[in-house]
Amino acid sequence: MSLGQMSEGQVGLMQEMSQRALDLGVPMSVHFDITYRCNERCVHCYLDHDDHGEMTTAEIKRVLDELADAGTLFLTFSGGEVLMRRDFFELLEYARQLMFAVRIKTNAVMIGKAEARRMLELGIDQVQVSIYSHRREVHDAITKLSGSLRRSVEAIRSLRAQGLRVTIANVLMAANMRDHAGVQALARELGVQYTLDPTITPKMDGDTSILNLRIPGVELSGVFHNENLVGNVEEFCAPPPAPGEDVMEGYPCSAGHTLAYISPYGDVFPCVQFPLPSGNVRRQKFLDIWNHSAELNEVRSIRAKDLTVCSSCSHVGTCTRCPGLAYMEGSMRGPSTADCEKSFHRTGIRSANTLRREQSASFGPLIHIQPLRP
Amino acid sequence: MSAKYIAKSAGIASRLLGGEMMIMSAVDSTFFTLNPVATVIWQAADGRTPLAEIVSQRVCAEFEIDFDTAHRDAEDFVEELSSHGILLVSERPFPEPSASPTEAA
Repeated sequence: MSLGQMSEGQVGLMQEMSQRALDLGVPMSVHFDITYRCNERCVHCYLDHDDHGEMTTAEIKRVLDELADAGTLFLTFSGGEVLMRRDFFELLEYARQLMFAVRIKTNAVMIGKAEARRMLELGIDQVQVSIYSHRREVHDAITKLSGSLRRSVEAIRSLRAQGLRVTIANVLMAANMRDHAGVQALARELGVQYTLDPTITPKMDGDTSILNLRIPGVELSGVFHNENLVGNVEEFCAPPPAPGEDVMEGYPCSAGHTLAYISPYGDVFPCVQFPLPSGNVRRQKFLDIWNHSAELNEVRSIRAKDLTVCSSCSHVGTCTRCPGLAYMEGSMRGPSTADCEKSFHRTGIRSANTLRREQSASFGPLIHIQPLRP
Repeated sequence: MSAKYIAKSAGIASRLLGGEMMIMSAVDSTFFTLNPVATVIWQAADGRTPLAEIVSQRVCAEFEIDFDTAHRDAEDFVEELSSHGILLVSERPFPEPSASPTEAA
């Protein structure tokens, strides 16, 4: 009999544990925005940066206790800017004592050598820093904070000097759509990972005006066919295979299944991009919300075969469809048009949603109202 | 045979999932899972209880296994985890840790 069985860190093992968490209904990952306050004012940001009554240190610690009890391993502290909270390192220390694998999303402008050293001491798993361009005038115009690129890059150097793992997150929009190669080169020079995201989401209050900042479709096609960004272009842009039964019985994504989002005010949502209020940890225990929320249970009930338009779409098995964006568009079972566009620009094949829209547009309005002329 | 004491490294993250312990090393993000028997040893690794006592009081009590076999396997297991910096091993008890929240088990 073998007493100790140890398996080591392959992607397959992580997938196996994610599947087990899904089967057991365990919220393995939680994204926790501990503040919406921020020292930058990014043009594409979906948040309201005023403080409407953030949770106190004691409240957040209690929630962290509850998350540990619920089985959460991966904890992402984000915001707003996390370092705007004076108790940030106290929360970080508490989270590490509870044995979470902690990841931090930050603009890093408040991280100096001392902060980087403390993060190393606390065993932070990863720090993700938002960089929009390698050019000061572009980056600082997006963040609306003069000197922000210089300060963020200096912070990355401090984090790397401590040996911390850092990822540069490059949100792509019209204003910086030609700068991804420069940011990639900067990431290489700094010895950090690079990740690109062309997703701009509506504001939390439903305002969609910032969607105008999204990069035009033709540029998106260029991104998806750039081997420096996607690797094997032929594979990445291949036409979708016919979906099998396993695809149709599958879940759209991990939101609400193994992932939860908590706002600075204690509101619980399936995901940071899925503003479906599902409970509040100031009034209920997290696990009660996770197990019994009608909203979360509805999210969990949805299979690919239940999607009103997407279930008949050839992309159903390979699309990055975001149920949160679909929800913001009108229905959590409906299509997410931004992802339809991504699928089209990736493969050249129109989605069922796009075809439906084109068809209804070609019919024209069913009733014409002609003003009477005297 | 000298006593052996084991303690969890401060640089790891861990959580129990369906009876098996998930462990992630903060040093290199290496991910491990432990089976239920190894999980019992891990949970008992308080730095103060000798490994032999953990084996006799916890492992042999909870699983059908004789002490000599269990202890031999436990020694191998501890050596492997310590080689990854996940477990700390000493011939003396580790100092009492400062007050901290209880790890969810």
